[in-house]
Amino acid sequence: MFCAITPAFAIDPLPFKDAAQRERFQHLTSQLRCMVCQNESLDASNADLARDLRHQIFEMMQQGKSDEQIKQYLVARYSDFVLYDPPLKASTMALWFAPPALVVVGGIVVFVLLRKRAKPAAQIAMNETGDDW
Amino acid sequence: MIPELGQLALILALLLSALQCVLPIVGAWRDHRPLMATARPLAVGQFVFVGIAFGILTHAFLAQDFSVAYVAQNSNLQLPWWYRFPAVWGAHEGSLLLWVLILDIWTLAVAALGGKLPERFHARVLGVLGFVAFGFLLFSLTTSNPFARLIPAPMDGADLNPVLQDPGLIMHPPVLYMGYVGFSVAFAFAIAALLGGELQSAWVRWSRPWTNVAWGFLSAGIVAGSWWAYSELGWGGWWFWDPVENASFMPWLVGAALVHAQAVTDKRGGLRAWTLLLAIFAFSLSLLGTFLVRSGVLTSVHSFAADPKRGVFILGFLAVVVGGSLLLYALRARFVAGGKPFALASRETLILVGNLMLTVAAATVLLGTLYPLVGEALDIGRISVGAPYFGFLFMLLMTPLVLALPFAPLSRWGKADPASWKRAAWRIVGLSVLAGIIGWILGARGFMPLLGVTAATYVLSGTALYAIKRWKEAPAGKRYPLEMFGMLCAHVGVGVFIAGAILTRSLSVEQDVALVPGQTAHVGAYDFRFDGVAETQGPNWLAQQGTVEVSRNGEAIVTLHPQKRTYPRGQVQTEASIHPGVFRDLYVSLGDPIGPSTGPGGTNGEWALRVYDKPFVRWIWAGGLLMMLGGFCAAADKRFRVRREAPEAVVETPSIPTRPAEQNA
Amino acid sequence: MSARLIPFAVFALLVVLFGVGIVWNEHHDASYVPSPLIGKPAPAFDLPMLDDASQRVRKHDLLGKPYLINVFASWCFACGDEHPVLMEYADRIGVPLIGYDYKDKPADAKAWLAQHGNPYAQVIADESGATAIDFGVYGAPETFLVDAAGVIRYKHIGPLTPQVIAQELEPAIKAAQDSTR
Repeated sequence: MFCAITPAFAIDPLPFKDAAQRERFQHLTSQLRCMVCQNESLDASNADLARDLRHQIFEMMQQGKSDEQIKQYLVARYSDFVLYDPPLKASTMALWFAPPALVVVGGIVVFVLLRKRAKPAAQIAMNETGDDW
Repeated sequence: MIPELGQLALILALLLSALQCVLPIVGAWRDHRPLMATARPLAVGQFVFVGIAFGILTHAFLAQDFSVAYVAQNSNLQLPWWYRFPAVWGAHEGSLLLWVLILDIWTLAVAALGGKLPERFHARVLGVLGFVAFGFLLFSLTTSNPFARLIPAPMDGADLNPVLQDPGLIMHPPVLYMGYVGFSVAFAFAIAALLGGELQSAWVRWSRPWTNVAWGFLSAGIVAGSWWAYSELGWGGWWFWDPVENASFMPWLVGAALVHAQAVTDKRGGLRAWTLLLAIFAFSLSLLGTFLVRSGVLTSVHSFAADPKRGVFILGFLAVVVGGSLLLYALRARFVAGGKPFALASRETLILVGNLMLTVAAATVLLGTLYPLVGEALDIGRISVGAPYFGFLFMLLMTPLVLALPFAPLSRWGKADPASWKRAAWRIVGLSVLAGIIGWILGARGFMPLLGVTAATYVLSGTALYAIKRWKEAPAGKRYPLEMFGMLCAHVGVGVFIAGAILTRSLSVEQDVALVPGQTAHVGAYDFRFDGVAETQGPNWLAQQGTVEVSRNGEAIVTLHPQKRTYPRGQVQTEASIHPGVFRDLYVSLGDPIGPSTGPGGTNGEWALRVYDKPFVRWIWAGGLLMMLGGFCAAADKRFRVRREAPEAVVETPSIPTRPAEQNA
Repeated sequence: MSARLIPFAVFALLVVLFGVGIVWNEHHDASYVPSPLIGKPAPAFDLPMLDDASQRVRKHDLLGKPYLINVFASWCFACGDEHPVLMEYADRIGVPLIGYDYKDKPADAKAWLAQHGNPYAQVIADESGATAIDFGVYGAPETFLVDAAGVIRYKHIGPLTPQVIAQELEPAIKAAQDSTR
């Protein structure tokens, strides 16, 4: 919709208390997805709703809400879709655990194959002479 | 009339590619030399006709022929000529033609430079490349004809998307495609080897320079894309883990694994099946990337307009090419055991660790990219997978690789000396800690900046240690063969990249400020004084241009001019102004006026600006370019020049005593 | 041999997934994100009426029978597409249709309704869009079905069409009415 024709990114000065709060805000909004321009984070999106939500998040920060509370607030209204960092639950088990599982399985396969194929170190002559490149 | 000639040229190229696929492969199968000999002229002919088609499309852009629908959609009377040229590949149809053209350039190079390869092998390689070209030409002609007419022709075209009106567009796609498509050569070599049963390590030595060059181009293409996004999109990021970026990153990761696996196979004869598989994977992921970008199955920033017909076609083609290759692999690769033995502690093992981590990283990127699709298919709700997921897992997966990296060159093939590892480890860790302390003194406070400094030093000092060792041990003139120099370059590139990526991320300061002319913002150690906004004009845009004086401790550094451009169709595009530097970039982009404006054009009121201080950001791209250089240098090594031996002989490394194929048969 | 078939098998699964993806995309709008509010009480609201800003409508004013909330705006292009459908069906669907004017200047909205006709039983105005955040609105038009107990039963994102009304909305309304009795 509007995203396609305004590739300009949002510049939205807000009166943060201090640098730490600004960084926290930038970090949090960059991890949230804009519902209107779905390829953009809330941090970057110029969509009207993104601006409203940024201001809402800013307000909640002033009220002392934690990042987790702010995320919950958004998830309750817009679903997990707003989180670029998918929460761990039954439907995302494979997403989070497949990579470590692959490392473990791959590591075991490599190790077993090496053990089967590799000769004991003593039987391999060290390639002392000549160029070892 | 001329565009129809372009279409005719494409049809002829399609016919030639069909012949190029069938005749040489049949010839190689029947051992029929005249048939095999058709491969080269057919490849040349196909290149000529695709080149003609490409030239005609370029001419249509330069001549502003809006009766061609593709030109009408992606150009405009006001578009300057230097952007009309890259506009040829600014959207789906034309970029597909560029894809085929680059495939033909690679094919031509193989035809020209591969003359000393065994005849049957060479014929098969060109045949496989012909099949890939056939698929893409058919795709272009049936679903994405760049020469389709628009009658009656409009008076003026829509416009090239302003985001694409940037020098980045000239560079990024051709270089990226050189990499993407370049893996087709390693792929074709692998398939030719599987088809012919020539599964010695010889094919690997022949294909190594091709793989290295393709990987080098892919590195450069990704760097160009990253730099383009950074300078053009106006929000200072350099990597977003967007599906389209991931599409180019997956073949890069597998390509990096392939480069190393091929080295093992070439030199030691081991990992043959794995190398074959990686060669298939690398190109399959290139094709997969093409599918993801062009089918519209994923939501993405810069994917092409979705058309289910195109998606179905590429999916079918993907299924045939990749499915067929993997099936062939399953049937034939059992003949490929062998190689010199090696101990658990050896260079081979360390390279395997690296291979495992790179492959799992590629699989993770694939999983994260496709998981939202899985969620939709299984109807378990829509989820988003973005930078936090990829960044976290990628760091985790790359840690063992980075830890192992300096030790692989320092280890011997076959059997390493653990005592030498220990000595090297003390030095490397000592230097890294020292660098961390110096970094701390210079102001790198906090976990992440220190991690960046120590990790980069770890890689760089380890690489230097090996360079020194060679200097001491090898005779002059034989110290650094080009292949090794390439390795050193690329590993230094990894170190430089790590420094850039981690330090930029942890030390950047980003601030949105509202300033009236004359007012100053303090960001990081710098003062940014806003001196108002004036109207300015380019060839096809009007802009509001801000003036920002940057100084540090009262000392003037630079004057920046960020713009907000308006293009003929009313598209607005921010144009950041960047002061590049070796150790930091200063970066300003211009937002909107805030509140009621006072002067004409609202130039005297308060304006929103985004200001960045980005330390070490150039190191990210410098690292990538060093990796590219590494790939190119390694490929240039004279070891890889094919020498013609007895006709039809398999160039056999003396290390392999018998042909395993015979053992198994 | 069997181990070497693993890559092929994994790839075959991928192809199936992509096939499903292509089909899914043909039948779904990729920007449609199901609301987590379905089956949950509608958020409390307290908004002025468009025609008379001094009068306010609260959630508990509407309890007791099912109703539809249709989010629209004068600036919303797709709402113009939807409008004739609402004009045709407003009287036939059996529940009151409440207009929800979203991030709009009241004068613009009034002019828009005067020009295109007013299908709504009443129109409430959310000029700032603050309450719309509680409803999880992210683009007009959107339509919510709220039952007699004030629970959201169904939500449609994008323009209502005769097909959507017949296949999804009317059965949902019937279910909401049945559960009331």
